[in-house]
Amino acid sequence: MTTVQIQSALAGHPFLASLAESDIEKLAALAFKVNFQPEQIIFREGDPSSFFYLILSGHIALEIQAPGRVLRIQTVGEGDELGWSSLLASVNKQFQARSLEPVTALAFDGAQIVAQCEADPSFGFRLLRKVLAIVAERLRSTRLQLLDVYAGKGGGGQ
Amino acid sequence: MTTLPTEPAVSVAAQPAVGLMTPHPARLAGVEKETHDTFTLTLEPPGGAEGETASRFRPGQFSMLYDFGVGELPISISGDPERPEQLVYTIRSVGPVTTSLVTRSPGDTIGVRGPFGTPWPMTEARGKSVLIVAGGIGLAPLRPAIYHILRHRGDYNRLMILYGARSPRDILFKRELSAWNLLPDTQSLMTVDYGGVNWRGHVGVVTTLFKSIRTQPTETYALLCGPEIMMRYAMRELLTRGLLKHQIFLSMERNMKCAAGFCGHCQLGPFFVCKDGPVFSCAAIEPWMDLYEA
Repeated sequence: MTTVQIQSALAGHPFLASLAESDIEKLAALAFKVNFQPEQIIFREGDPSSFFYLILSGHIALEIQAPGRVLRIQTVGEGDELGWSSLLASVNKQFQARSLEPVTALAFDGAQIVAQCEADPSFGFRLLRKVLAIVAERLRSTRLQLLDVYAGKGGGGQ
Repeated sequence: MTTLPTEPAVSVAAQPAVGLMTPHPARLAGVEKETHDTFTLTLEPPGGAEGETASRFRPGQFSMLYDFGVGELPISISGDPERPEQLVYTIRSVGPVTTSLVTRSPGDTIGVRGPFGTPWPMTEARGKSVLIVAGGIGLAPLRPAIYHILRHRGDYNRLMILYGARSPRDILFKRELSAWNLLPDTQSLMTVDYGGVNWRGHVGVVTTLFKSIRTQPTETYALLCGPEIMMRYAMRELLTRGLLKHQIFLSMERNMKCAAGFCGHCQLGPFFVCKDGPVFSCAAIEPWMDLYEA
């Protein structure tokens, strides 16, 4: 994937929507394409947080290990990001990520992104606002899941 | 292939009160188990003019089903509007009346009133793409709209169905959802809140599926049915994505008793949900969506 192709893929990714071209260029310089095979473990719970991914195609399951079983807690796919904890210092992976089908993504070394944010705080602010929106969305979704809205009476004329 | 009438098949105002409130006996032809707690009942319409009225419904309308000696409930019609020889209802067993209804046997008699209520805007949506967002048993009132679109495929652009359920064992019409996904210009995606151990599909609330579809906001009608909390979040997401309030329709579920706007149990702001709904445009109902139901 050439730099131009990476730049184009980044510009079309929902996570980076409305970012200026100069910001996209900064990120494109740090990005590289990765492919994952079905059932490949991308990272495990407890692994050091190193890479941040923007998914271009395919689906990935976020899972948590319990004694004797693996529970799937969320699925992410095209247009989503994966591994935002790599942008925080000293946080290991909270979940396991497993590709469910062939996955193509753009990967970033989290430390390099953080360094870029520190070197250009204005860029850093814009990017971290995007990350914060993702975290807020995940929190909202998790709260809705916890509400168990389908239990009991639940629409449909009943 | 017949076409749907452009106005509701039965106008509440056009019927005498006695007729509206009288259940007509219908024979239970079959009971099919859909999930661990949800069943589809197929009834033979009552005879005579009442039967003709009962079987002429528009997608989104509901009937009052009377389990004699137990009680009466509003139940959305989940069958094909162009198959008037049968009345189909999908019922989740959550209380005494629904539990009694789903344990009835073929040949038993069930009282039917209706159909009642406002339909999905199938006429207005012609020429547009249709996005169906359903949660739990909320897929049942939307299935007639899906059947209608599939029968009149040339009248609509893309059909997108997003369905959320509590867990894999709660997924309603699973085979149909999978089959619809294979049709041209049709996308049918499902997700569960809790996946368990063996589920290989999507996990997350239904709004997380929005990223998997491509909508042209000005060319799309959205039809929503499910728990109100789910519909509120879906509605906000759709507005964020550029749909206008008059393009979003919701089926509201309130405490409906008489189905004719007489008793007032289902009043929501200026509306009686049984008569003015259950299908409302977002433009009409949004101010009242946060109103607490006592």
